Amino acid sequence: MNRHLLAALGLGLIAGPALAADGIGAGLLKSQCIGCHAIAKPENTSLDRLWERKGPDLYYAGSKFNKPWLEKWLQNPVRIRPAGELYARHVKGGTKEDVVDESGMAPHPKLPKADAEAVAEALMALVAPAELVSKGAFKGEKVSMAMGGMFFGKLRGCGACHMAKPGFGGASGAELYTAGERLQGDYIYSYIKNPQQFDPRIWMPTLNLAEPDLQRLTGYILQLGATEAK
Amino acid sequence: MMTNSRQLASTFSLAGLALASCFMLPANAAAADEQYAKAARNYDTYCAQCHGINRNGRGINSRDMSVQPRDHTDAKGMGDIPENEILKVIKEGGLAVNKSVLMPAWGNVMSDTEIREMAAYLRHVCNCGSGK
Repeated sequence: MNRHLLAALGLGLIAGPALAADGIGAGLLKSQCIGCHAIAKPENTSLDRLWERKGPDLYYAGSKFNKPWLEKWLQNPVRIRPAGELYARHVKGGTKEDVVDESGMAPHPKLPKADAEAVAEALMALVAPAELVSKGAFKGEKVSMAMGGMFFGKLRGCGACHMAKPGFGGASGAELYTAGERLQGDYIYSYIKNPQQFDPRIWMPTLNLAEPDLQRLTGYILQLGATEAK
Repeated sequence: MMTNSRQLASTFSLAGLALASCFMLPANAAAADEQYAKAARNYDTYCAQCHGINRNGRGINSRDMSVQPRDHTDAKGMGDIPENEILKVIKEGGLAVNKSVLMPAWGNVMSDTEIREMAAYLRHVCNCGSGK
């Protein structure tokens, strides 16, 4: 009897999350998203895969994004990386410097409100393993925007690849003036700390930052979203 | 008559050489392409964002940069940089060799072997020998 009860409980533990993951949103993920996005950790982490994939990996989306932003963006998707992904596939020589070639960029599908909410829900269930995004890593302290800006620009050179305000900065990385609305602090912290832990061949370098610098940079990027984007 | 046939023979051999070199040049270029294919792919992934798809320092990110990325096709500028400095700047970044912070460290992405291949590829791109 006890053994049956234990077995039933065990099944319940396994079936619980599985059932939650089998909802409408999970169905949409499996039918509409996996053509371009990995919703499970890919075994192949080669450079060739990076060149071939059509969109960012989403297997840790629940630890990366803010749900309200996902719901909004899925209904009205706009480009986050000025040169797309992977940037090198969408660049051509210009008269002065290289420029973005938009001809090969496909727009992201627009979802109706109900579908967007269901997909956002399913994405939020894709939580990163603790070793990838450590919960509570970002301490949430407020940062001076002047100090943060100097750090982001002159001292660490983040602006070479990322835009901290619309129209100024690099184009090969994601725009960051919307990051506060889009991303979770612990994710920003963990990603800056070691981008290659997320993707061994990703084109963002590891800056080897000390703990206070990681905190300051994460805080600045989050606050950018609250100030510059509005 | 004798002279004529000698002339003819030398004309033929010259034509033969020219023809042979026509076949040899692309063969050498193809061999070089193959030799540097992996480094070129790494360049397109990591370096081209700043140094440009044409390797001329005019990458997609260069427009708003306070210090312009190095032009890797500049034989003089590149030829003046010692080999160990090239390896160090790729692996540890600009600050490690008293250059701009805008050049990041790629040691966590590329292996030491890949960095050595990249340095060799850069010498091929600048056509400026093996350095000092």
